[in-house]
Amino acid sequence: MHKKSITIALAGNPNSGKTTIFNNITGTRQKVGNWPGVTVEKKEGSVSKYGYDLKIIDLPGTYSLTPFSIEEIVARNFVLEESPDVVIDIIDASNLERSLYLATQLRELDCKVLFALNMADVAFSRGIKINADKLSELLDVPVVFTTGNKNKGITNLLKTAIKLAESTSNISPKRKVKYSKDIETSISKLQNFIKERVEQNFPYNIRWTAIKLLENDKIVRKRIRQKSENKSREILREVETHRKHLSSRFDEEPEIVMTDERYGFIAGIIKEIIKTSTKRRIDTSRNIDLVLTNRFIGFPIFILFIWIMFQTTFTAGSYPMEWLSSGVNWLSTILATSLPDSFLKDLLLNGIIAGVGSVIIFLPNILILFFFIAIFEDTGYMARAAFLMDKIMHLIGLHGKSFIPMLMGFGCSVPAIMATRTLESNKDRILTILITPFMSCSAKLPIYILLAGTFFSARAGTVIFSIYITGIVFSIITGRLFRSTLFKGADAPFVMELPPYRAPMIKSLIIHMWDRSKMFLKKMGGIILVGSIIVWMLTAFPRNINYSMNYNEEINKINTSSSFTEKQKKAAITKLKLNEKAEKAEKSFMGRIGKTIAPVFAPIGIDWRGSVALLTGFVAKEIVVSSLGILYAADETEETDEPDALKNALLSSEMTPLSALSLMVFVLLYLPCVATIATIRRETGSLKWTLFSIVYSTSIAWAAAFCVYQGGKVVGLS
Amino acid sequence: MLLSEMKEGHTGIIVRVGGNGALHRRVLEMGLTRGSEIYVEKYAPLKDPIELIIKGYHISLRVKEAANITVDKVTP
Repeated sequence: MHKKSITIALAGNPNSGKTTIFNNITGTRQKVGNWPGVTVEKKEGSVSKYGYDLKIIDLPGTYSLTPFSIEEIVARNFVLEESPDVVIDIIDASNLERSLYLATQLRELDCKVLFALNMADVAFSRGIKINADKLSELLDVPVVFTTGNKNKGITNLLKTAIKLAESTSNISPKRKVKYSKDIETSISKLQNFIKERVEQNFPYNIRWTAIKLLENDKIVRKRIRQKSENKSREILREVETHRKHLSSRFDEEPEIVMTDERYGFIAGIIKEIIKTSTKRRIDTSRNIDLVLTNRFIGFPIFILFIWIMFQTTFTAGSYPMEWLSSGVNWLSTILATSLPDSFLKDLLLNGIIAGVGSVIIFLPNILILFFFIAIFEDTGYMARAAFLMDKIMHLIGLHGKSFIPMLMGFGCSVPAIMATRTLESNKDRILTILITPFMSCSAKLPIYILLAGTFFSARAGTVIFSIYITGIVFSIITGRLFRSTLFKGADAPFVMELPPYRAPMIKSLIIHMWDRSKMFLKKMGGIILVGSIIVWMLTAFPRNINYSMNYNEEINKINTSSSFTEKQKKAAITKLKLNEKAEKAEKSFMGRIGKTIAPVFAPIGIDWRGSVALLTGFVAKEIVVSSLGILYAADETEETDEPDALKNALLSSEMTPLSALSLMVFVLLYLPCVATIATIRRETGSLKWTLFSIVYSTSIAWAAAFCVYQGGKVVGLS
Repeated sequence: MLLSEMKEGHTGIIVRVGGNGALHRRVLEMGLTRGSEIYVEKYAPLKDPIELIIKGYHISLRVKEAANITVDKVTP
């Protein structure tokens, strides 16, 4: 039998515990964070319960339905256009007054709405007692108590939602916000005016449309123009008359007056339903902030946290990294001995395992980094970081909130760029998107570890740190430059909630961390696997190369010669074999491409191998290491294990510490990987900005590397 | 006086909210409406932004934005 399906949308303020309730209902994995607006994507989950197929949609967390930010537009459009059967508004009971603003807006939308008073236990502990029956009566809406983080009240919530969806009674027209007399007069006049001029099937509630038009809502104005074509001019002219009238009557724009009045209406409700109200938050959260955003120690602690995050990522991560590395070696040794020599074996060992293997060993680092970022988000510290950093970010021409995407950029640019959706102003968003790739992502780290570890062994940490700092400096310069040229104009308001600190739930942290690391693993299985195979093919073909000499013959000569000792023979043969491999790599397709573009890289001290590796880095930055591995495999000795072999190969190559530094700077700044470019394209919605980002970063990279290399030569470094 | 002139630990009642359209409305929507009591919790270490308590929750505004809000200081 086919079960009836019901669509339920979850709406609510950021930090209202909406995502936790969504997870509890659907069991789906999804981010839970404290950073305002962390749920940017529309998330869905399906569950069969009580004889129904329930489709749950987690709307972005918003404070209102006025279409300012992308989240608000997404949330409102969903309710308007997709008409879900029920909208559950998750209300943070400890923050009732502000939460009711969204609630009244939803109430005006003419959809079936149900309130979930979440975290009432927290409210209660603060001395707030809520009369839910009274609230239900006053707004004529079912009200249910829930405690999301303890999974309480969810069954009741769903049952009430189903009951509401199945009820056939019309939505009560009463008990909505009532405005002052002048505004109500304008609304009803406008209502009649619109009703006479639009089609029967006009999709929106007329009263709501009239209210939104009085508020000068751009999206509704646009809809009016679309839906009632020739009549629209008439309607909009009438709206203008009313707006002018109200403006002169109140000496404020109507939308301001109406927002004010909505809060006045809410204040009336609050008076009736709340018993004792504590004005200030006297709790642990405030005490924590006495320390964490303290005038003197706030910044040192912040820097300490960031330092701990990176230190743990790279030191604690190095142990499992070694285990993974030996695991990869073990696998390739087993396969090397057990498989018969063939083309496929070559592909598997030197292409797939060498390529993917050299990247998968960085999984522990990435897991740890994302774990820390998840802690910052889930506890609420991220908002404090923005609070501390806003002044500095503002100097660069950015918003404190831009700090979060930029910090995440150290992990991976893809989620970082996606996180810019929390920024309300489009200018801020695009600027942040352009800057974020300069935050050295975790995929670039293997390259630094390899190069710095090889050429600056004792000072590797300092060198890597300086590279990161260089990235930050370039982002600052870029920010200032663009702010004063391409993005002139007013800044977006910095209005940000500082949510109470919450103990992170381990389950949610792990889901959070895993979700992001999954992206990395997916890249491994997809882009990086394909990239490794392509790189290997370009190196392995053409199969028959015109060698400068007949190596086999030479080897035979040495073997049969009697004028060498056994030891000398072995050394000479190894040398010949290495030369053969080197020549093979040089004459492969890859070598030819590298040599063709090498002149471009010559001024920055990068040879053809480096050029090839950089080219392959377009697929994914991690591949630069594996490409170098494959390209320098020419010099691999059998006694040592994989990472050291590459180090030794690099040391014995023509690469100098200076050219290694130049290479690192280039890697830091040059064009983002394919996945990032795709994300930039999607998030800016503009091909122009995408191309601009590619060209700008690559030219900056070349210029910076040129300065490092040529400058270094001038001052006598090598 | 202006909200931006208030010191840490001061309480005020909002008299008027000014500023350009989007900011004005956003500030109002977050509950900084006329007649509301507002408490200055603290200034950020770099003196900007300000942390405020309004309607029982914490919010931060830039000093420049707070300068659009006129308050009556409540003497404790």
